[in-house]
Amino acid sequence: MIPASFDYVRPGSLDEAVSALAEHGDEAKLLAGGHSLLPLMKLRLATPSVLVDIGRLGELSYVNDAGDHLAIGALTRHHDLHHDPVAMHHAPLLSFVAGRIGDPQVRHRGTIGGSIAHADPASDLPAAVLALGGTLVARGPGGDREIPADRFFQGFLESALTPEEVLTEIRVPKATAGHAYQKFVRRAQDWAIVGSVVARVDGRVGVALVNVGPTPVRADAVETALAGGASAAEAAELAAEGLEPPADNNATPEFRRHLARVLTARALAEAGL
Amino acid sequence: MRVKLEVNGVTHEREVEPRTLLVYFLREELGLTGTNVGCDTTSCGACTVLMDGESVKSCTVLAAQADGRSITTIEGLAEGEELHPMQRAFREHHGLQCGYCTPGMVMAAVSLVTESPDLDETHVREGLEGNLCRCTGYHNIVAAVLDAARSSREGAW
Repeated sequence: MIPASFDYVRPGSLDEAVSALAEHGDEAKLLAGGHSLLPLMKLRLATPSVLVDIGRLGELSYVNDAGDHLAIGALTRHHDLHHDPVAMHHAPLLSFVAGRIGDPQVRHRGTIGGSIAHADPASDLPAAVLALGGTLVARGPGGDREIPADRFFQGFLESALTPEEVLTEIRVPKATAGHAYQKFVRRAQDWAIVGSVVARVDGRVGVALVNVGPTPVRADAVETALAGGASAAEAAELAAEGLEPPADNNATPEFRRHLARVLTARALAEAGL
Repeated sequence: MRVKLEVNGVTHEREVEPRTLLVYFLREELGLTGTNVGCDTTSCGACTVLMDGESVKSCTVLAAQADGRSITTIEGLAEGEELHPMQRAFREHHGLQCGYCTPGMVMAAVSLVTESPDLDETHVREGLEGNLCRCTGYHNIVAAVLDAARSSREGAW
């Protein structure tokens, strides 16, 4: 399968990338590792007329200890995040989840920024950043903008980024009090049929679900119940509340609701709750 | 657009369409047909090659993304008549049945062992999650990779 024709530009800096987007508008797509975008282009589900390849902008590949939080460059590859000692120490959930994405070849190419900007509800990292209560930083023609993860995922493959913006940094609070990611798949490398992420941050418990709707979602009812003193088992029973999960070859909506409850119970237990 | 890639130690410069995928560049521009196309959807791993020493699925990389980089395909592993230790291990353990997945399996295994030579069976099975063998011949593949990893630790690579 071959993508439809496009023009290819390779900016030499972040500023050049922002200019290229400003010039081409929504005709253009950013290319990082390409492991979300190229498969869609090969199926002709995406046919951008210009690809702006930012994959080599080393300035956007880093994991920095920023005091109360970690700052992760958008072009940090899953492989590097998984093995990064700072991430392993201060945000072990993120490091663990990065190592559960796809397979080694995918992790050698895919980036955290690409995964989040693509906003696929079946992806692993968006739910992890949601559970952690992270913040996304975007650079546009007017400068930098911070977007809370809770407001970033707006629809199926739809984020709060404007066509002129580049996602540059992912910020997550340091969280070492316990975490878990329960990912249900039939084959090791597959997308999660359903996943449940638990992060314990500053006495709060964040819970987010993968592939149960058009966006990754916070399991609000579970979080509220836990904050109100419910046991982990009682709280997990509420994981499917308000969900309208999709039906596909892998699961019916009812099976997805069941998985949300079971995986959340397992994840809470694994996180020590 | 013009791209310049080092493939198996030889530099190749070609004019390509931006949409050219690395696997078709290797197979059709350079005639290196050892790299197979399997699923063409980033699932099966048959098209795995090394880019700057790391395994990638060449059906999901543009030739433009590989511009200026170093690629190793199955044709580039052996030193003349001398098989690479991973190839030798696959032969000794009969780590193949129909052989279609083999080039990708060998390249993924080389990347895996290079990254972490100290492997046990679980690590090998997890490390080869991105490569499917439709003959289900995993048992001997895993034995071959474990053997090659041992030879790597003993300094034979």
